[in-house]
Amino acid sequence: MNKENKEEPKKEMAQKEKQENKEFKSEGKLLVKNKSIVVPGQVLAEGFDYLPSYGTYRKEDKIIANKLGLISMEGKVLKSIAMAGRYHPKRYDVIIGRVIDITMTSWRLGINSAYTAMLNSKEAGGNGRGYNSYPQKGNLSKTYKLNDYVFCKVTGVSDMNLVDVTTQGPGLRKLFSGRIIHVNTHKVPRIIGKKGSMVNMIKQATGCKMIVGQNGIVWLQCEPKVEAIAVDAIRKIENESHIPGLTDRIKEFLEKKTGKKIEEFTNEAPKDEENRGN
Amino acid sequence: MDKPTHIDKEMQENILKLLDEGLRQDGRKFDQFRDIKIELGVVEMAEGSARITAGETEIIAGVKLKMDKPYGDTPDKGILMVNTELTPLSNPKFESGPPSIESIELSRVIDRGLREGEAMDVKKLCVEVGEKVWMVNVDVCPINHNGNLMDLGALAAMAALHNARFPEIDADGKVDYKKKSNNKLPISEVPLPVTVIKIGEHFLIDPTENEENVLDARLTVTFRNDGNMCAMQKGGEGPLSAEDIQKMIDLAEVTSKKNREILNKAVK
Amino acid sequence: MTYKKRLDGRKMNETRPIEAKAGVIKKADGSAYFKIGKTWAYAAVYGPKELHPRFLQNPNTGIIRFSYIMMPFSGMGERIRPGPNRRAKEISMVSQKAITPVVNLEDYPNTVVDIVVELPQADAGSRCAGICAASIALADAGIPMKDMVASVAAGVVDNTVCLDLSYAEEAYPQFAKEKVDSEHVSDIPISCIPSTGEITHIQMDGIMKKEQMAEAIKLATEKCKEIAEIQRQAVKDRYNNKGGI
Repeated sequence: MNKENKEEPKKEMAQKEKQENKEFKSEGKLLVKNKSIVVPGQVLAEGFDYLPSYGTYRKEDKIIANKLGLISMEGKVLKSIAMAGRYHPKRYDVIIGRVIDITMTSWRLGINSAYTAMLNSKEAGGNGRGYNSYPQKGNLSKTYKLNDYVFCKVTGVSDMNLVDVTTQGPGLRKLFSGRIIHVNTHKVPRIIGKKGSMVNMIKQATGCKMIVGQNGIVWLQCEPKVEAIAVDAIRKIENESHIPGLTDRIKEFLEKKTGKKIEEFTNEAPKDEENRGN
Repeated sequence: MDKPTHIDKEMQENILKLLDEGLRQDGRKFDQFRDIKIELGVVEMAEGSARITAGETEIIAGVKLKMDKPYGDTPDKGILMVNTELTPLSNPKFESGPPSIESIELSRVIDRGLREGEAMDVKKLCVEVGEKVWMVNVDVCPINHNGNLMDLGALAAMAALHNARFPEIDADGKVDYKKKSNNKLPISEVPLPVTVIKIGEHFLIDPTENEENVLDARLTVTFRNDGNMCAMQKGGEGPLSAEDIQKMIDLAEVTSKKNREILNKAVK
Repeated sequence: MTYKKRLDGRKMNETRPIEAKAGVIKKADGSAYFKIGKTWAYAAVYGPKELHPRFLQNPNTGIIRFSYIMMPFSGMGERIRPGPNRRAKEISMVSQKAITPVVNLEDYPNTVVDIVVELPQADAGSRCAGICAASIALADAGIPMKDMVASVAAGVVDNTVCLDLSYAEEAYPQFAKEKVDSEHVSDIPISCIPSTGEITHIQMDGIMKKEQMAEAIKLATEKCKEIAEIQRQAVKDRYNNKGGI
């Protein structure tokens, strides 16, 4: 091999091989495949060539995973993308929250996260059906009452993990008469699909209205007869997202269950988990 | 997710909309019980045990025996007690600490049904009148909770009782827990509670947790093998008419027969 | 050293058969069961979530709350009355301290991660099984942890250091098949961080020589590395099965 053209080969070694190669002193040894599942304490790489990042840390000459996740390699940087756990609020995320408390000037929302979110009365006033546009101070439950589900957007997450949301924005509003289901927040990108392809496929097949919150809460409004099909499709995506060919399988499932052919979609399944699509 | 404790009106509306079309959230018929799976002897060290799964509800019940003095007013009878523990293991809404009222009601209804229903021939639990009787304790512990702990808890308790064997008594007359005899417990009846819930104008069997959270009323009726009723309890804040109650009793009777068949097959 | 052959034929550093599975409790953020011999522990993790009442909150980090419960029918012998019991409270506390050093909740101030461990069957080594199950459940919940925590009970039976004492070994002189040199038995539950060998929990109960402790620790920490592999595999297996999550 020409030394000048020698590229750093991606070393994919099983633990057994690792033992045989103990004397192999290279610049760094990668011990996991890209996109594989890693768990806390698992050694991902040895040597000083690789760099830790989100979900991984360095201890002496080793890079180690510090949470359950999927390995994502960008050059020499080893990142572990979370696969489990509650939602991490991020600015600009659109989420579905539930009113769990009302004060004089704001609503507190449960958002499937370690923390709750605050919706200040100044930030409210989406086009909720039958509700005043401008919340009356001191009488906030006229706008959103306890238990209401609200489609809102995260406007900020402070250092102290205080989450602020707003319902001022296109489409943001109180959600009426629908079915709420909880999904793994880390599966949301697959449920939405690239540029919304997956969720649109389900909508087209069933005629349901669907809103998928980044925080793992999904709202559906369907004709009773097709509601179970939409819910089953979402659960199927959740359970089978790691098996290749998902989009085709979901298309087949929907066509079979609804008896209708689905128009061709040009979008493909997302290539990486980070692409939150839509 | 953080859940307030008031009735979820949106979910109730959604479930009612489905019910009005003859549909349930999980696709079952209104009088259809989820598939029940029964495994016996899962806790080998206990005198008897069973695990029941139905849908996403999973319960383990165990039987422990003890030799003790009988109660003063029943010197020739042993004692059967059924207790249900609701811990945060299966559902975060159950808190550790003193039992909630929900836990207490669940425990007492199952206990009453099995005791008043004479699941055990307590006279046969007497070893020495006035001095020594067997105390049979059944504990029902949910592992996964998706509704209907009442019916499934009682089923688990009955299965565990069927699985139970008396421990050997050693030469000094003391119980030797390490050795199990082949002697079964004196089961004389198989009382099984069946819970029927009412949502709007619809009656449902074997509710899931969502359905339990939006019900208007529920009626738990315990039937024995000989066809008699031996316990009944109404729950929920909505009222029931006399016709409702009759309908629900009939539904419960049919279901209890089906469940008894499933139990009998499993414990043969 | 007269204890040459263990009552059940195991080697001195061999544990009873282990079985572990993650994702077994649907409503929990993370869950697992861990079986070693007949001892069987379930663990459920809920959190991180806001901690109430306020005065319990720690503004610098999330905290861990551990609750250890034995099901009433889980013990050998008489029924265990449900309800607060001092032994369970103490075990809850040492278990919480066993786990805390690996968990990093600095990104979650004012929150709590609740761990509930419940045992349907306890046949010696129950607190260790609880800690092992809790560790898997925490990883399953996506909690940031620098490593798993593995836990096993070492012990000294008739002057011989061995691992994972069975119930019969804990009461050895009663069950001895050969002549016994020393009637003393001691039980040493140990929890450790496998990658560093650091010990996060250690207790000793019984009578032994202090020189035996070093060997007990050595055996236990070596075994913990193997146990941790089983724990890690359990977390992964949940996603490797065809059925997925």
